[in-house]
Amino acid sequence: MANPGEALRGKVAIVGAADTEVGVLPGRTPMELCVEAALAAIEDAGLKRTDVDGLLTCNAMAQPLMYHAEAMAEYMQIFPRYCLSVGAGGGTTFSVVHHAASAIVTGMADVVVIAMGDSLRSSLTRDQAMQVQASTGHPQFEQPYGATVPAYYALIAQAHMAEYGTTPEQLAGIAVACRQHAARNPAAQMRELITVEDVLASRLIADPLHLLDCSLVSDGGSAIVLCSAERAADLRHDPVYLLGAGEGHTHEHISAAHSLTTSAAREAGQRAYAMAGLQPTDMDFAQLYDCFTPTVLVELEDLGFCDKGEGGAFVDSGALGPGGALPVNTHGGLLSHCHPGNPGSMFALTESVWQLRHAAGERQVENARCGLVHAQGGIMSSHTALILSREVA
Amino acid sequence: MTASQPAKITPTSTALAEAYWEGCRQGELRLQQCDSCERHQFYPRVLCTHCGGDALSWRAVSGRGLVASFTVVRRGISKAYPAPYVVALIDLEEGPRMMSNIIVDDPQQVAVGSAVSVTFQPWGGDHVLPVFELARVDS
Repeated sequence: MANPGEALRGKVAIVGAADTEVGVLPGRTPMELCVEAALAAIEDAGLKRTDVDGLLTCNAMAQPLMYHAEAMAEYMQIFPRYCLSVGAGGGTTFSVVHHAASAIVTGMADVVVIAMGDSLRSSLTRDQAMQVQASTGHPQFEQPYGATVPAYYALIAQAHMAEYGTTPEQLAGIAVACRQHAARNPAAQMRELITVEDVLASRLIADPLHLLDCSLVSDGGSAIVLCSAERAADLRHDPVYLLGAGEGHTHEHISAAHSLTTSAAREAGQRAYAMAGLQPTDMDFAQLYDCFTPTVLVELEDLGFCDKGEGGAFVDSGALGPGGALPVNTHGGLLSHCHPGNPGSMFALTESVWQLRHAAGERQVENARCGLVHAQGGIMSSHTALILSREVA
Repeated sequence: MTASQPAKITPTSTALAEAYWEGCRQGELRLQQCDSCERHQFYPRVLCTHCGGDALSWRAVSGRGLVASFTVVRRGISKAYPAPYVVALIDLEEGPRMMSNIIVDDPQQVAVGSAVSVTFQPWGGDHVLPVFELARVDS
């Protein structure tokens, strides 16, 4: 069978990447964070604002706009020929990367900026934040039962524990590994080391998830710049090539999921590996969507890093931490670096760029050549996996 | 005063689902059943998700099921939902899965695989929702 992604493989590169400061940033609007990140990413690429002719964004919860990308273009006074904001929840970040790549390969844009920012921490009131939680789920058949966002994910954790004997200690091990990475990242919001016992001693939010099984609530913005591989060769930094991309979609509402313990991350990964011509064992690191610890557990299995049901044992092996067999979330992830909502995965992308440029400082994965990034939106609903590399071959 | 009490989240209403909610008001759990392939489905739709058929009829079902998964919410979503409470996914005897609450004094009694049966609770206004209780051992 022809490789459906062959026309894209290695044809497009990430040439610029930047994050704003993250954490608690009172007084900064999401648009300001978005623009600050975009300008820094364009500068990082050695390009000018006026070189940008494609713009992809996602909306901000703390400052929702009917025409987000258009408003950002207006703010920056750029006049793109390719411009839209996309909403696939946490999966938005990585799905727009292959849309941008398609636009570049087909000539619909030459230089595309992907920029996202939000200020969930400082601009949402506690009541608004609870309202965001209450609007997750099916408005007729789920929301009335009062599930919080952690509760929806707890259903997955509980099912995995019942089916495979996974333990709360193993879930906690994921949070511990992310914090070990964050301790080496000066930009991370939470850097103090934690233990499995600390996670289990933190208060229960929705059984079996404790507070430290849940991601942070943050402010921040992040952006990347993409262009063709040919043009990338003349720019400032080593290009980071897009070798594989795949999506998988099985449901929107968790009550309609055909499986609670196997997700469409499996199809997303299979499609990305096939396009790249690579295997899970070729990955030097993985950045996996970690809004709650059980998502990482299921993703490790579905993306082929271990067998189904073996995620807990894989965590116990120490693979995820610094220097492990498969360092996961080398910036600290949503659990320890930052989580400003839908832009959250952007930081996994910029981190991957720095890892593949060999510019990640103390947390550099030795000789990193290739990495997988994965994100999901909804409740394990909408999955995208990308494979990035510093080499095209 | 009633007006100052926090309100629970009530389901949005659609004409298609009215037979479901009317069943709840009458103490009866109803599902759509396909006239062609005779399989049940939930939530209500304009097509049968199994065979694609568009002729669907409402049937009262047993209200019995098994817990596919559950969680105990320790921090309620609003003051109208005093924690702890159990949110669960129930696999109904007729096939479909649905989300609900399990009404139980001690959440520790709930487990994946527990047998449950439906009951109905007023939810504010004229809304009545199906919730579940642990099935009696002798039933």
